[in-house]
Amino acid sequence: MPVVLFATCLVDSVRPDMTGQVLDLLERAGGAPVLARGATCCGQPAFNAGFNKDAARVASRTVRALDSSVGAIVVPSGSCATMLLRHLPQLLAGTRWESAAKAVSGRVQELSTYLARRLPSTQSSADEAVAYHDSCHMLRELGEHEAPRALLAAAGHAVREMPGQDRCCGFGGTFSVKLPAISVAMADEKLDEAVATGARVLASCDLSCVLHLDGRARRRGLPLEVCHLAEVLT
Amino acid sequence: MTGPVPLTLSRRADLALDDPALRSSVRNATSVMGVGRLDALARLENPDQLRDAARAARASTLADLPRLLATWADAFESRGGKVCWAKDASEAVAYVLTVLKRHGATTVAKGKSMATEEIHLNAALGAAGINVVETDLGEFIIQLAGETPSHLIAPAIHKNRFQVADLLSADAGFDVPPAIDAEVAYARARLRESFLSADVGITGVNFAVAEAGAICLVENEGNGRLCTSLPRVHIAVMGMERVVADWAELDVMLSLLARSATGQDLTVYTNILSGPRQPGEVDGPEQMHVIVLDNARSDILGSEFQEALACIRCGACLNTCPVYRNIGGHAYGSVYAGPIGAVLTPLLNQHEPAARELAEASSLCGACHDVCPVRIPLHDMLQQLRVRHVPQDAPRLRRAAFRLWSLLWSTRGGYRTSVWLARAALRLPAPRRGPGWAGAWLSSREAPRRKGRKL
Repeated sequence: MPVVLFATCLVDSVRPDMTGQVLDLLERAGGAPVLARGATCCGQPAFNAGFNKDAARVASRTVRALDSSVGAIVVPSGSCATMLLRHLPQLLAGTRWESAAKAVSGRVQELSTYLARRLPSTQSSADEAVAYHDSCHMLRELGEHEAPRALLAAAGHAVREMPGQDRCCGFGGTFSVKLPAISVAMADEKLDEAVATGARVLASCDLSCVLHLDGRARRRGLPLEVCHLAEVLT
Repeated sequence: MTGPVPLTLSRRADLALDDPALRSSVRNATSVMGVGRLDALARLENPDQLRDAARAARASTLADLPRLLATWADAFESRGGKVCWAKDASEAVAYVLTVLKRHGATTVAKGKSMATEEIHLNAALGAAGINVVETDLGEFIIQLAGETPSHLIAPAIHKNRFQVADLLSADAGFDVPPAIDAEVAYARARLRESFLSADVGITGVNFAVAEAGAICLVENEGNGRLCTSLPRVHIAVMGMERVVADWAELDVMLSLLARSATGQDLTVYTNILSGPRQPGEVDGPEQMHVIVLDNARSDILGSEFQEALACIRCGACLNTCPVYRNIGGHAYGSVYAGPIGAVLTPLLNQHEPAARELAEASSLCGACHDVCPVRIPLHDMLQQLRVRHVPQDAPRLRRAAFRLWSLLWSTRGGYRTSVWLARAALRLPAPRRGPGWAGAWLSSREAPRRKGRKL
């Protein structure tokens, strides 16, 4: 079954090796994955900051590239998936990319949602305690709560819940650098709760949350490895 | 805004973040109210359906606001009520002062009201030599502290009982112990005098019921009822959007208001007031005035932000907001704090940069939208406000940077080059400081690392 991986700009720029890990997972899930050719970014960084025109310029490039592909479009990010699913049809409404944005929107799936129904259980004895961070758009816009947990459990991990499970980690795009003190206060509460679960690993489906939490955890010297879900499942 | 706003949002946030008493009080109280809300909604048969009905009702009211307001005013005036249509804060304040002067009033007993905060009534009355006593316990506490409310429904949420005891003791001239019961007992005795001596009672309005020409005022302490019935004159100040069509609609709103706010099924007191004392009645004020406040609401009506006026002021979005949770209400520097404040403040004060800045006070996590009883898409509105503010407020350098970025990333070569540069940079020793946004990241977080686990 054809499946297109839109790796996202953050993975391309910061964690290029994650692309291979996600491709492996997609193969294990029975797909014949190909990388989205010519797709760059969903435009979210600019959209989040209110620069809709710049966001639309970049997004139209990505929409055009994705529209020329075939099959499900898998995105290893809850917020980029939300951007493609929910915001781009509106952002590009009235432009010549409107119908492409709608078509792409109908094909997009977040990675864990895609994998949950397809990835065979490994019965591995990974047996690691993993705290899972629900990223906001993943949870509230996509309504995805179960899939990442099911995948972690199927891989033999013990999923640990945190008290403020549905509370934002404080990344929030440009919020993280416009109001860094608040952003970090939010990260600290999340990290304290993760450490208190006894898990050594904190996983999330959004690399942006991961980089923010990981950067803060390392600055504080916390005994916590923060990583993307795909990096735990690999 | 609340008069002069000191410092930037970021500086005000720093001050709040450095105040452990404030943070722990806000965290505890908002958590309790948040859990209460969940429990209260769970007791309903179909809370989601009720919220949908409430949203639809608010939308239809806003679509028909002028007619509903006129219907309400006709019925209210037919029973002798007086209506003032105030275009802005100064007209509302002037009306209050005129009524007070006409009655030779020197003392006012006030019930909790955000609309009177919005028009900065207390400051104006104080300047006119009027003795104003806030009779809601939380409002009384912050009045003693010389502060403003930091939460829609829990104005003194940022104070703990020890701080409250200090304030009450200073007022009493003797030690009030830091126990809730003792604090309440002192305030009750102290405030009782004010009700009896007040010439005029001033309150807010939760809802105006159009078909009945009545207003509804909800509260938990009974002080609102005393403010509206003991003094000879009652003045109520109401935002012009606070109308419901009929009793059935009021029922829907009241079913959600207290549940969303504190987790109560209903507030302790639900007052329905339909005018001054009528012939043959034994109680009630001789005169009742309602000030209908526009104050830029007309500008919001009919705009893409109209739904912000659907707010029923329950405070649920404040209780769930992770930003509010960490910095409390005063750091917003505005009358209305939290997510609804971050939306309303820029809309009500479009020409003030400090007001517009509040649209940034959110990670756009959407928790506010999740809990809103009338489902206002506050997180979407915050994004739309940012769009609206870019031309006025974004620094030229930032605009140029986003433009350059978008030009590069809309071409394959440009994108590849910047990805290559980013990867190359990650191979260098991680920086600990940098300019602008990079510096803001690095001030408290390590730079991203290239390798995740198992690599």
